[in-house]
Amino acid sequence: MTQHVDLLIIGAGPAGMAAALAAAPSAISIAIIDDNPLPGGQIWRDGPQARLSASARQMRARLQRHGNIQLHSASKVVAFAGTKRLLLENAEEGWVLAYDKLIVCTGARELLLPFPGWSLPGVTGAGALQALIKGGLPVAGERIVIAGSGPLLLAAAATAKKNGAEVVRIAEQASLGDVARFGAGLWRWPNKMIQALDLASGVYRTSAHVLAASGVDRLEAVRVQLGDRVHEIACDRLACGFGLVPNVEIATALGCRIEHRAIFVDQWQASSVADHYAAGECSGFGGSELALVEGRIAGLAALGQRAQARKLWPERKHWQNFADRLNRAFALNPALKKLAKPDTLVCRCEDVPYAELANHSSWTAAKLNTRCGMGACQGRICATAGQTLLGWEPPQLRPPFSPARIATLACLDEDVA
Amino acid sequence: MIQGHAADVIIIGGGIIGAACANELTSHGLDVLVLDCQRPAATAAGMGHLVVLDHSPAELALGEYSVRLWRELAPQMPDNCAMRNNGTLWLACNEEEMAEAERKHSALSAFGLGCELMTGEALAHGEPSLRPGLFGALKVSGDGILYAPNAARWLLQRQPERVHQQQAQVVEVQGNRVLLASGQWLKATAVVLASGIYAGELCADLPLQAKKGHLLITDRYPAQISHTLVELGYVTSAHKGNGPSVAFNVQQRPTGQLFVGSSRQFDNHDPAVDAAMLGRMLRRAMEFLPGLGGLNGIRSWTGFRSASPDGQPLIGEHPTQPGLWLAVGHEGLGVTTATGTAKLLAAQLLRNPPPTALQAHLNAYLPQRFIGACAHA
Repeated sequence: MTQHVDLLIIGAGPAGMAAALAAAPSAISIAIIDDNPLPGGQIWRDGPQARLSASARQMRARLQRHGNIQLHSASKVVAFAGTKRLLLENAEEGWVLAYDKLIVCTGARELLLPFPGWSLPGVTGAGALQALIKGGLPVAGERIVIAGSGPLLLAAAATAKKNGAEVVRIAEQASLGDVARFGAGLWRWPNKMIQALDLASGVYRTSAHVLAASGVDRLEAVRVQLGDRVHEIACDRLACGFGLVPNVEIATALGCRIEHRAIFVDQWQASSVADHYAAGECSGFGGSELALVEGRIAGLAALGQRAQARKLWPERKHWQNFADRLNRAFALNPALKKLAKPDTLVCRCEDVPYAELANHSSWTAAKLNTRCGMGACQGRICATAGQTLLGWEPPQLRPPFSPARIATLACLDEDVA
Repeated sequence: MIQGHAADVIIIGGGIIGAACANELTSHGLDVLVLDCQRPAATAAGMGHLVVLDHSPAELALGEYSVRLWRELAPQMPDNCAMRNNGTLWLACNEEEMAEAERKHSALSAFGLGCELMTGEALAHGEPSLRPGLFGALKVSGDGILYAPNAARWLLQRQPERVHQQQAQVVEVQGNRVLLASGQWLKATAVVLASGIYAGELCADLPLQAKKGHLLITDRYPAQISHTLVELGYVTSAHKGNGPSVAFNVQQRPTGQLFVGSSRQFDNHDPAVDAAMLGRMLRRAMEFLPGLGGLNGIRSWTGFRSASPDGQPLIGEHPTQPGLWLAVGHEGLGVTTATGTAKLLAAQLLRNPPPTALQAHLNAYLPQRFIGACAHA
């Protein structure tokens, strides 16, 4: 039951959609595999309480018009199944898909850093809170604290407010100077300036970061460092956005080189492995505009249409400059890496506290001795925390890349495939 | 640089065999230094299935004695060792395999092991998750499971004043002296080599072959099975011969996770998961437990069993290197036979009489089978 396509794209966020649409006019067979129920990625997440932008709706409609694009929503990549073959799974079945070219558009996930109380119900990532609200979580009347760094805090605050929540504090860890310099430079990206003005509000504080969350069965209060003072804020939810981590696990398993925690790509968005490309946040952060142009370049380059791809380089450069400014302004304060106390859980799946991990010299030694990273998330949270807090190399992913039905994994049996 | 007496005994390898030897030797009043370099090895990779096999009388004797010792230790073991006396069900798919179950039944019963034959009906009643229509089974009540990495840690920590542990790689062994990667020589009255698949690096004349195996563990689920389930094909057909093979072997951990095996490959030294082999192993498992297909697997990995030519371990003094003692070549039974191995090795080392249970088979474990003048006689 192995199927074959000319071009496989992993991820239907801005980069993946743009790559597919750029490649579609060539009439080659294209498959997009995406783990969300609808295309759009994290930024254009749909749901009962979401309103998609016009451009996102338009891209979705264009995807449907191309007969040579098959979109596999709510499907995931489970394992490497041999050269240029991947094992996939959706709610009904598992199957092996063979491809000639691959574009990895796996996006990024939130960096979760352990601090006392971070695993209490009511504490989430900032992006996660946005996703939950768009998905239908009622937050009307709730007091919400949003903490961390970068524009995502403002976006999460906007979504929460629009749905009736009271945002009682936005704690930005970057200094006022850094934020102001970043804001002052925004005239070069006018639409970004409008977003920023829209989102700023009276509860915004710079040089502010979370210290601890507390509560009996769920979150009741947050302690926040505000300059030299410590404030205790009663609240119902805490959303923390410490930044993003590129999802490089699948690319790593495919042999692609990783640099600065992102998939290394050249000017054609080509990875270090022939016929394998990457675009969007997984190859370095820059927001949806950068992801869109990178996706188009990758789609064209995968077809060999280098002349057209080259025409997009100036646009990519424009958004790359924006991304560089952003990443400089909101660089993480090292104090945030020291929030965990000895008894703070780092691995939530296997209940491993910080003190048990810090005794060890590497991820492998820690895993062997404490079982950290052996649960359902397979170290996506705690290995990333270990990398950020202790400088440990994260582990190589083994199949299944994420939990998958045994019946799906049995498809790896060549005798039957 | 030569240091004097580092300990009474230096043990190379802090896996389950080295840990059991350390525990046993210290109980006789010896001071032990355990050297381990934290490389991935069988204790961390394996299933922790305590299972008595009977390919030979010597294997049966060592297995029965060792599992009995584990059961005696069980009340003292901490919870995180996850020791359970859940028993093994050997499953027969057809008449031929049932005949094997009956043969095994008489062999084990004659040895005094608690075991009983089950009809297909009784099996379906006892383990309703199994596919209908199996021919029957042999239940071996004394078998069990444990979490070997924690069991090894526990064994090493029982007498902290006598067991010293050092993270170090040994690069050379000469009788009772070992050279560390740091350039330091250490000396003891005796050196015990218990480094599993890595033993051959330090002792070139060991006839050990690595057999690769795959394992997978699921997410946590309510009880699906109550015994460790193993197909009798494991002995009658699946793992016979030298080609790659798979056999059904599943246990449910105290966490609710189903632990699925097994595969065997001889000429593959790549630790990466072999997708086709994993698929084949899981397909075999689903033939026995159809409901398994709908459960989520969360992790798969591989390990290497260190096997001697006749499948039995090498336990005893190296024939041509006085002062060097071997406890290697346990293949898939290192966890099962660690306790018995340690008793036998300690008796040999201290020139005490060997355990009564093993007395009839002493030559079957000696390294002289393969090494030194006798091996060539």
